[in-house]
Amino acid sequence: MTARNAGAIVSPLVLAGLLAGSAACTSFYEIPIETPIQPKMDVSMFQRVLIAGFISGGTEDVDANLETVRLLRSQLRTKSSLRVIEAEVLQLAEIAKEQAKGDSSAPPSPGGAADGPQQPVADDPSRIRNEKDLEKYQSIFADAAFWKKLGEEYQGPLIITGTVLFSPLSTAGYVPVEREYFDQLGRRRVIQSRIYQERKGFTLQPKLIYIDGRTGATLYSETLREEILYNAQQNTPALSSYFELMDKLIPSFLNTLSTQKIRGTRMLIK
Amino acid sequence: MLRRVLVVATVLLAFAPQAQAGDARSDARAQVEFGIKVAQNGLWKEAAYRWEKAIQIDPTYAAAWNNLAVAYEQQGNFEKAREAYEKAVELDPKNLMLRQNYDLFKEINDRTKRRRDR
Repeated sequence: MTARNAGAIVSPLVLAGLLAGSAACTSFYEIPIETPIQPKMDVSMFQRVLIAGFISGGTEDVDANLETVRLLRSQLRTKSSLRVIEAEVLQLAEIAKEQAKGDSSAPPSPGGAADGPQQPVADDPSRIRNEKDLEKYQSIFADAAFWKKLGEEYQGPLIITGTVLFSPLSTAGYVPVEREYFDQLGRRRVIQSRIYQERKGFTLQPKLIYIDGRTGATLYSETLREEILYNAQQNTPALSSYFELMDKLIPSFLNTLSTQKIRGTRMLIK
Repeated sequence: MLRRVLVVATVLLAFAPQAQAGDARSDARAQVEFGIKVAQNGLWKEAAYRWEKAIQIDPTYAAAWNNLAVAYEQQGNFEKAREAYEKAVELDPKNLMLRQNYDLFKEINDRTKRRRDR
């Protein structure tokens, strides 16, 4: 084989190699996508929804029952196809207490304790402080006759009820902080460090129960939990923290009843 | 002369399957490119159809599997999206863009599953 022949054979090989190399250089396109998350519950049989009320506990600074009902109703009004029933907020804790005292075979009228806001007494032993205190009231959610009777008043809607525990929280430990300084040339620098800090905040733990207003049966329930902590010196009103925490939980609540879309981007490749 | 012919024939034979594969890849690439164009205009069903065609033509085309997975994800078809992403990663494990897409998908999918399991 002459040098010329060898060159004639090698050159296609080099060319093939170059082509393979160029093929490996892929081009790509970033594209926005909206991922639909299917609802956790099928609510197609309901046209109306009643956010009845919640058994609330924890801090006394916020009426978690009233605030939760207001917030969930306003969310559903704008972000759901269900018609929201505007009814008086039930004081479920009072109703449950009456149920426990009275004859269990004759459930109290659902509207019976709806008048006036809940006024917990500071030293009231029946005050709900934690999850254990809430347990005493759970039986009301299994009382199908009570919920059916309530449903009949509003032509069998989907009823949303449950418990809401909004409690103060305090903790201490090392937290990451950023410290800013200017170097010899006057440039701004940021260094990461960790400092020991006392922090306080709140936990919010709603248990949402979805009841069929036509039968009184529980269709679905879920417990959500979020917490928030601030520097101990920071004075954040309890109500602000409540809304901050609810903001985080609302997407999950809405996704129970309707499809939610999560926006993001992906790479399409040639 | 005979030796030269033999050498050329050997080279041609050696490259023949690759040339065939190259044809399949270029046909599949045309489908992939068209799919990208329509997806950019929001026509995800048509895009998915094109990318399905692309993997029928060339089942080893990782980019086509990736794009198909994105289309399935956009349509809320998570099981098919997972399978397509897994196939894409298997075919091209070093491709970082592909990995990133799959990681983002898993994050959303796992979060949704966790919510459902609660």
